[in-house]
Amino acid sequence: MPVPPSERPPRTHAARILLLAPFIAMLWVSSYNSITPKLGGIPFYYWYQLLWVIIGAGITGLVYLVER
Amino acid sequence: MRWTVLVVFVLLFALITVIGFLAGRWRRGDLDLLHEWGLGGRRFGTFVAWFLIGGDLYTAYTFIAIPALVFGAGAIGFFAVPYTIIIYPLLYVVFPRFWSVCRRHGYVTTADFVRGRFGNGSLALAIAITGIVATMPYIALQLVGIQVVIGAMGIGGQGLLHDLPLIIAFVILAAFTYTSGLRAPALIAVVKDLLIYIAVVAAIIVVPIELGGYGKIFAAIPAAKLVLPSPKGSTFGLYSAYATLALGSALALFLYPHSATGILSSKSAGVVRRNAALLPAYSFLLGLIALLGFMAVAAGLAKNPEFAPGFKQYGPSFAVPALFLASFPAWFAGLAFAAIGIGALVPAAIMSIATANLFTRNIFKEFINPACTDAEESQVAKLASLVVKLGALVFVIALPLKYAVQLQLLGGIWIIQTLPAVMIALYTRFLNGWALLIGWICGVLSGTWMAAMLHFAGTVYPIHLLGMTIPGYAALWSLLINIVVSFALSLVFNAIASDRHKDATAAEDYA
Repeated sequence: MPVPPSERPPRTHAARILLLAPFIAMLWVSSYNSITPKLGGIPFYYWYQLLWVIIGAGITGLVYLVER
Repeated sequence: MRWTVLVVFVLLFALITVIGFLAGRWRRGDLDLLHEWGLGGRRFGTFVAWFLIGGDLYTAYTFIAIPALVFGAGAIGFFAVPYTIIIYPLLYVVFPRFWSVCRRHGYVTTADFVRGRFGNGSLALAIAITGIVATMPYIALQLVGIQVVIGAMGIGGQGLLHDLPLIIAFVILAAFTYTSGLRAPALIAVVKDLLIYIAVVAAIIVVPIELGGYGKIFAAIPAAKLVLPSPKGSTFGLYSAYATLALGSALALFLYPHSATGILSSKSAGVVRRNAALLPAYSFLLGLIALLGFMAVAAGLAKNPEFAPGFKQYGPSFAVPALFLASFPAWFAGLAFAAIGIGALVPAAIMSIATANLFTRNIFKEFINPACTDAEESQVAKLASLVVKLGALVFVIALPLKYAVQLQLLGGIWIIQTLPAVMIALYTRFLNGWALLIGWICGVLSGTWMAAMLHFAGTVYPIHLLGMTIPGYAALWSLLINIVVSFALSLVFNAIASDRHKDATAAEDYA
């Protein structure tokens, strides 16, 4: 038996377009396949991708807050 | 024998065993109902779901295999980072819909949803079997993760004695999963994650200090391994390999039965959305863990005679255990090993529950005993979870490791073939059930053929297009074939005999 929805569905906001950014940034490999500039001795390739973990989480969090 | 390491390891293992058995009483529910035993009553809030899904997706095998890949092959091993970045926008957009429709109709598995959406038992069976077959070697690899840390503690021996610690760990796992269901891994995941975070944070601070800083660590890595080699001539080289591995792995991840189980155990679609923003904390951790592979290179562990037997037996997988043994006091290495060992039990428990749910709902109840009671259904699932784990154990003990690794690679290629019937079907009912089944067959066959051409040693298959060579993840290529076939045949089948009237779900179920 179907049960009624437990909470109000969220608005779908245009900000969702931002969720494409992590795909573009991460699949465009040649944009970050480089040793320099280094950060604290860590090559660009590594710190840039780690930075995108944080940016990606921030974007998803932002979209969540906008749509809530 | 490294006694201090072993004692700490055993104590922490004893602790989680107790937690595992007590978990059945936590947020008490009637464990004779499948959704109580197999989905924790769909009651987990943001906090518990974070630990549960985190413990589910970032497995002990990951914690061993990713730094091992970085240790051996360098930059390409870092693909786990973009992979675990792009899964979360996907989780945020697609899977709250999946949660909603499953909640409305009481679906416990992806195959339940496909059964309801398409009213096609054959397609649902294909989805269920794909899930079971893809997950079995994954469970086996978790046990391998335990094997590596047991070996690192210096427990040797021959024959039965060699396998005894693994059998003990397995019996513990089987017993608490049987009695407590999904509540056990959910609670244990909290302990496991605390241990993992402590171990990794300590490692990324202490090891660089011992080795003279990150600059020195990266200076010790050969330039060829530090970044991907630039493609020369008419090929995209490792660029397209890296990107397609990340994308294909990301598309496949939430199709695995254990991911679906984690998502469906959440108490609301909002919990799923919130966790899409909170779970990346694990991705950051995974990136740091990947760097442990380079630290193991810089520390010269492969040339250290103390670790020679370990590397001889386990290969690059021994890099992380060796790094902890070399850099920390014995008791702390014990803590880190326990984190890895427990980190294997959590996903192994969830995977065995997820495959048991599939077997019970989509094979036993569908084809063997449709009239079974709720209690019988739950009982079958508990027994199925035992059989699944026994299978994985026999697999690990009786067969060479390379078969488990190869089957897990194939499993990724197979599971992604369920994407049209599960993920695309959340948005459109244009697709026809029989067209999807034929698409699935084409995807599985073409993907397996590509893997066979690579002698089952890798998954990056080069395709040739307009004079360019594009090496890419075979799962993604075969998925494209699957999607094209599914849509093309749907066009034909819908015109001849549409099956849209068999859809048990309605548009508003997905919001």
